[in-house]
Amino acid sequence: MNEPEAENTLKNPILEMRGIVKQFPGILANDHVDLELYPGEVLSLLGENGAGKSTLMNCLVGLYRPDEGEIYVRGQRVDIHSPKDAAALGIGMIHQNFKLVQTMTVAENIILGIGALPFVPDMDAVSRRIRELSARYSLQVDPQAYIWQLSVGEQQRVEILKLIYRGAEILILDEPTAVLTPQESHELAGVIKVMMAEGKSAIFITHKMEEVMEFSDWVRVLQHGRLVAVKRTAETSPQELARLMVGREVLFRLEKRAGTPGETLLELRDIHAEDDKGLPALRGVSLALHGGEILGIAGVAGNGQRELTEVVTGLRKVRQGRVLVRGEEQTNRSPLTMIKAGISHIPADRIGMGVVGDMAVSDNLVMKGYREAPLVEKGVLRPRRILKYARRLIETFRIATPTPQTRIKFLSGGNIQKAILAREISACEGLLVAAYPSRGLDVGATETVRKMLLEQRDKGMGVLLISEDLEELLTIADQIAVLFEGAVMGVCPAQEADIESLGLMMAGVRQTELASAPAIA
Amino acid sequence: MRFVFEKRQSVSRQALVLVPVGSFFVSLLLGAVLLLASKVNPLTTYAAMAHGAFGSWYNFSETLVKAIPLMLTGLGVSIAFRMRFWNIGAEGQLVWGGVAAAWVIIFLADVIPPWLLLPVALLLGVVGGALWAGGPAVLKATLGVDETLTTLLLNYVAILFSQYLYYGPWRDPEGYGFPGTVQFPQFAWLPRLGGTRAHVGLIFAIVAAALLWFVLNRTRWGFELKIIGENQTAARYLGINIARHIVWAMLLSGALSGLAGACEVTGISRRLQQGLSLGYGYTAIIVAWLAQLNPIAVLFVAILMGALLVGGDQVQMMMGLPASVGIVLQGMLLFPMLAGGLFTEYRLRIIRAEKAAPVAEVQP
Repeated sequence: MNEPEAENTLKNPILEMRGIVKQFPGILANDHVDLELYPGEVLSLLGENGAGKSTLMNCLVGLYRPDEGEIYVRGQRVDIHSPKDAAALGIGMIHQNFKLVQTMTVAENIILGIGALPFVPDMDAVSRRIRELSARYSLQVDPQAYIWQLSVGEQQRVEILKLIYRGAEILILDEPTAVLTPQESHELAGVIKVMMAEGKSAIFITHKMEEVMEFSDWVRVLQHGRLVAVKRTAETSPQELARLMVGREVLFRLEKRAGTPGETLLELRDIHAEDDKGLPALRGVSLALHGGEILGIAGVAGNGQRELTEVVTGLRKVRQGRVLVRGEEQTNRSPLTMIKAGISHIPADRIGMGVVGDMAVSDNLVMKGYREAPLVEKGVLRPRRILKYARRLIETFRIATPTPQTRIKFLSGGNIQKAILAREISACEGLLVAAYPSRGLDVGATETVRKMLLEQRDKGMGVLLISEDLEELLTIADQIAVLFEGAVMGVCPAQEADIESLGLMMAGVRQTELASAPAIA
Repeated sequence: MRFVFEKRQSVSRQALVLVPVGSFFVSLLLGAVLLLASKVNPLTTYAAMAHGAFGSWYNFSETLVKAIPLMLTGLGVSIAFRMRFWNIGAEGQLVWGGVAAAWVIIFLADVIPPWLLLPVALLLGVVGGALWAGGPAVLKATLGVDETLTTLLLNYVAILFSQYLYYGPWRDPEGYGFPGTVQFPQFAWLPRLGGTRAHVGLIFAIVAAALLWFVLNRTRWGFELKIIGENQTAARYLGINIARHIVWAMLLSGALSGLAGACEVTGISRRLQQGLSLGYGYTAIIVAWLAQLNPIAVLFVAILMGALLVGGDQVQMMMGLPASVGIVLQGMLLFPMLAGGLFTEYRLRIIRAEKAAPVAEVQP
């Protein structure tokens, strides 16, 4: 057996990747990256978008093949061609978008895809084994339940159970806390601890410092495809990691001046609306947003946020209730009416809704302004003026694009988001609806986005900020409202809010109930 | 050695041109296999086809005769396809254009001054085609009825209705039982070019293509149409009225096919009779795709398609082969074209020699 040189540790690594190189046309996604993982430990893989974290893990689970480099599992050289090979070696990955069949039960999903399965599997035995594992790792889930009945947090538990059931020893988790409430994240931390105590090990893909500090023993920082640092979590700080990841100091505290709320820009009165399936999604939402104010909407995804943004932007009809913009009745108006009423919208689904992927960056940048002179005259577009306008936005918002004519789908996620922001902010006349504006963005881009939102606020615009990132809401919002199952659990000024009570409201406890609870410290 | 498809950094401009050209040659090769199987020399067959289509001015004018309706219907179909509205009803819209034009000439000749009769006939042909396309468009825009079915099925309604007319009430009583209307008066004939059968419909097609290029690429309306076609969710989010665009685009689409029908009736047959529905409206779909929905390219692709039809007739007469050789080649063009679309966004990379290591096996 090979004896790989271990760095000051008595244990041998269970997994080792040496000199991994993966090239894509135009970019070196992984440039001689090394990785070591020890049994019973959690390793965080930290890096900005496009740093090469996912590429490296995809090489490990057999979705990509490295151009160069070697992989050792339990000290032995392996060559992984497919996820099946990876599974045989005890490596399993939980992707950001769960790979579960909605119309099948938990038990069925867990055995789905296991090669050596009898023609008629003994589902009772499967269920029994799942219950056993559930109890051992405190992953409560009913094996008979259908996936569509489960919350996102429960679905994640099913994914974890799936890997354990198959005997995975090395778990790879791709941004596992992105969809969880703070409480659920803590539960996940507990589950991970139990597994590590049994000698399993895990790799976390993340760009959140809190996650790194909370979960991991080791952290490896990637930057532009290269490994730039290996640290013991206990010996580092979030500030140091952020610097390593971005390559410069990051401002964690944004300058936020005290707001001066102006007139009421948007008022929602007792809004009821249905989701795409016709089920109630908003149940009596009443909110008010003033000029010069950021109203944050907190909540776990799927609690009516999408419907709320769509009602405000005219994309969804309300069944009951009123929408008032600057005091004027704008209930159930068309999207164009709402745009003309001064509402801009940064949609949650950037690729699907925010841009037209196969059209040029410059075209995408004028998709709000093209209706008016000077970009159009008597219905005829003015290409030179459009190009000039686009160039100005590209420069002002520092959108990295080869040319203005490049199709926008070839840009990175962060730059696509910057383009949407550029278009929406430059066309904004009063009200900006921003849904998850920094989701999936790296530290640098997140900072830019937040600064832009604050600038809009300081200019007197009203910003409706929908976010699952409590840190973000506490940092830049003036007021925070919490949505749970389509109802507002409470609204509080951001300065007075604390993560714990917000977390409880996100789980369905009303603000009034919080207040009435005996306050014993 | 391995072959890997990799996503390109940007869309390849060469591929945009090379794929249709390459597809044409691939279809010739595929056709050659078929011809060899029927024991004929593909080279002489192709030479005969080329000669038949382009060998003389007269031959070329016959190619144009077929190309003109393909140009107009191809342009019409392209507009609808630009917004992913699958109008496969160009055939029916063309037939209605012919029927409406014939109605004007047969029944309004006494009311309308002679010099105005042809323009009114053409105009009504345009309106007829537009209305026939407008029905499915309104159904789609208001109720979400699938346009593929409605446009396709309405073709049969149009074709059978026109047959009813020239077999029944509109049949020429002095036509010796021949199914068809009376011949139109000479002043209602669409002028022809030189001594050939090619008519001024060619000029209509060229002007329409130029206008369409401008409208689609340089106007606010064309910009909105493109956004709808590329991403309907984004279009809605950007405040574009999708329903209204669907209806207007389809009216324009049907209008062009209607014009094609009116030109056929007034320029070629000079009466409404059997042979108005020759499948131009279906071939228009291939024309639109090969031209990649570019109006200017539609003109040239239509000539190529017309040449295949005329060339097919030619080999039937000269070599005793079925005329459908041309139609088979038309069909074969589409397959390599669709497959070749891959190359505009992906490129093929050949990887030589693997680093030695067995499959998922553990090495000591």
